[in-house]
Amino acid sequence: MSGGVDSAVAAARAAEAGHDVTGVHLALSANPQSFRTGARGCCTIEDSRDARRAADVIGIPFYVWDLADRFREDVVEDFVAEYEAGRTPNPCLRCNEKIKFAALLDKALALGFDAVCTGHYAQVIVNEDGTRELHRASDMAKDQSYVLGVLDEKQLAHALFPLGDTVTTKDEIRAEAERRGLAVAKKPDSHDICFIADGDTQGFLAGRLGKAEGDIVDESGTKVGTHEGAYGFTIGQRKGLRIGTPAADGKPRYVLDISPVNNTVTVGPADALDVTALTAIKPRWCGTAPSGPGSYTAQLRAHGGETEVTAELVDATLEVSFTEPVRGVAPGQAIVLYDGTRVVGSATIATTTRARTTTSVA
Amino acid sequence: MAYLDHAATTPMLPEAVEAMTAQLSVTGNASSLHASGRQARRTVEEARETLAEALGARPSEVVLTSGGTEADNLAVKGLYWSRRDADPARSRVLASPVEHHAVLDAVHWLGEHEGATVEYLPVDTYGRVHPEALREAIARNPDDVALATVMWANNEIGTVMPVRELADVAREFGIPLHADAVQAFGQVPVDFAASGLAAMTVSGHKIGGPYGIGALVLGREYTPVPVLHGGGQERHVRSGTLDVPAVASFAVAGRLAAEQREWFEREIGALRDSLVEAVRTAVPDAILGGDPVDRLPANAHFTFPGCEGDSLLLLLDAQGIECSTGSACTAGVAQPSHVLLATGTAPDLARGTLRFSLGHTSTEADVEAVAKAIGPAVERARAAGLT
Repeated sequence: MSGGVDSAVAAARAAEAGHDVTGVHLALSANPQSFRTGARGCCTIEDSRDARRAADVIGIPFYVWDLADRFREDVVEDFVAEYEAGRTPNPCLRCNEKIKFAALLDKALALGFDAVCTGHYAQVIVNEDGTRELHRASDMAKDQSYVLGVLDEKQLAHALFPLGDTVTTKDEIRAEAERRGLAVAKKPDSHDICFIADGDTQGFLAGRLGKAEGDIVDESGTKVGTHEGAYGFTIGQRKGLRIGTPAADGKPRYVLDISPVNNTVTVGPADALDVTALTAIKPRWCGTAPSGPGSYTAQLRAHGGETEVTAELVDATLEVSFTEPVRGVAPGQAIVLYDGTRVVGSATIATTTRARTTTSVA
Repeated sequence: MAYLDHAATTPMLPEAVEAMTAQLSVTGNASSLHASGRQARRTVEEARETLAEALGARPSEVVLTSGGTEADNLAVKGLYWSRRDADPARSRVLASPVEHHAVLDAVHWLGEHEGATVEYLPVDTYGRVHPEALREAIARNPDDVALATVMWANNEIGTVMPVRELADVAREFGIPLHADAVQAFGQVPVDFAASGLAAMTVSGHKIGGPYGIGALVLGREYTPVPVLHGGGQERHVRSGTLDVPAVASFAVAGRLAAEQREWFEREIGALRDSLVEAVRTAVPDAILGGDPVDRLPANAHFTFPGCEGDSLLLLLDAQGIECSTGSACTAGVAQPSHVLLATGTAPDLARGTLRFSLGHTSTEADVEAVAKAIGPAVERARAAGLT
């Protein structure tokens, strides 16, 4: 229970369904802020109190579990290291894989609980043979199956998502919270990254990695500007480049490539971002790994759309081709494969193949 | 349900409820001169006399406060300020490291904001301050000591301090000694006059009285600088309109705590002994915290190696057994107890603690519930490990 409205309603629904529910708030920061600031909606002492207040109203026990050390090692340090290596990680997936459905789940199972129940919008469907499938939420607009795509079947067997199987708008969830007497009904949604309190990812990374001035170059290798750290960029990024010299064709320029080794950021036109294929590593499957090539829809970002792909697992690497080129694909991001609404599995993007190779002008 | 957290708060005695409810509908400010005021004042002063008798003090020595925390703050800060005002050289505060946070944080605050030099007295593995340790600390420079504060009995591990001997040492050097007796009152003999203390804290809701009322028993020669300024009530040391119903009720509970103390020590002590026995039988490697003999009769504190105290709490709570880890929380996150750390317990071990505290409503059924549940709970908590 983060202290937000979704997990509070999820807990209330689980308790109402007859489960023996205990509320757990994860303390993920060694030095939590006292009060919520800006758009943040968890991880402060105020949020912990909101969660406790909700648990008291629902009538369930409530505990704070300190997983700050595990979170720092498995999520925050990984996040920093990935950016340092020029990749763009998604810490929420990592947290679900390593914290909520690993550290938290393991402790819960040891203590005699059967499942971890969260306020994610996704569905778990139990087949006749007892196997489980993870599906998109009934309400596609709210679907959060992407950030759960890292869960394997064993983790799914101990997951409950009470919000995923009803078509509800956020307003309806808030109305339900209000009806249940939960004071968090009107609490603003949380977004951004929970361990970056002010939402300033660049500032956070600069604080961790220091400033390292380097060149911004165009596709020909000509210097067009400078930056204060290559890690501060994401492939496909347009804003914040602060390039003095305009492009010859006058078109906007985007980050095409980040090279941490020589601390260089390459920029170029939008069409140079088109990706036709990618490879992804560390695949995780919801159920058995598919054999041979298959057609799927893929999602590449938490709020991204679906795109048609064919994918095949070759050794431990997932090789993916896009039916139509896609833009804004960055190594480090997760690709989640779907068969209809069913999550097939996920992997971390390692390399991409561009539609047009970088042309060098002599 | 087995309520075994009486050290947190204990059910109000029916007599105390009666005394309180009888006063709730009576109007009267004890500071007013008219008939209603006189009636309220009479109620308050009779209560003060009752409390004084129960505590071995004179009525004028009973300064009523809003509870133990306020009394501790008044004693520690107020005596520090008054002693320093009389002689600026007096800036050293001696405190045991196992104090309740109401004392510990007040002392710490004096160090941070009032230029105090805070010195924590050494304790043994039972958390006891030895008189020689106090003597050594004072004798190093008796002139710069503002006050010393050592609790009568520890709220977590139950160890009873040698208060009389400590007070003798302090008196020898003319240093005021304060003792937080919140847990001791009603459980061990507490006699202010015989103790030789300068000041002593007691609280209502730990002895079957109401919340929000307590007292600083304060020797008449001491005039601490007030923490609360105002209308000059309570010897000008603690201003604020008195809560007559709470005062009346506190006095009834205080009288009964003193009258029933021997019964409590005998009967509740025997129940506690059987609880300790039951836990040790179920979990042979459980470590009893605090002094095995010279301890509060209602306290049973254990360390369970390899367990998170919070896990045990959760598992027992699920079975209707209510106890405490005995340690403080930061944003709800259990921290290793400062008391255990002060006694030399390793931090990982200090996380696996449970405090069972019995009280006047405890029964054999409570002990049986623990006997049945503790073994499987410890087994599970060990499997969950230390995260």
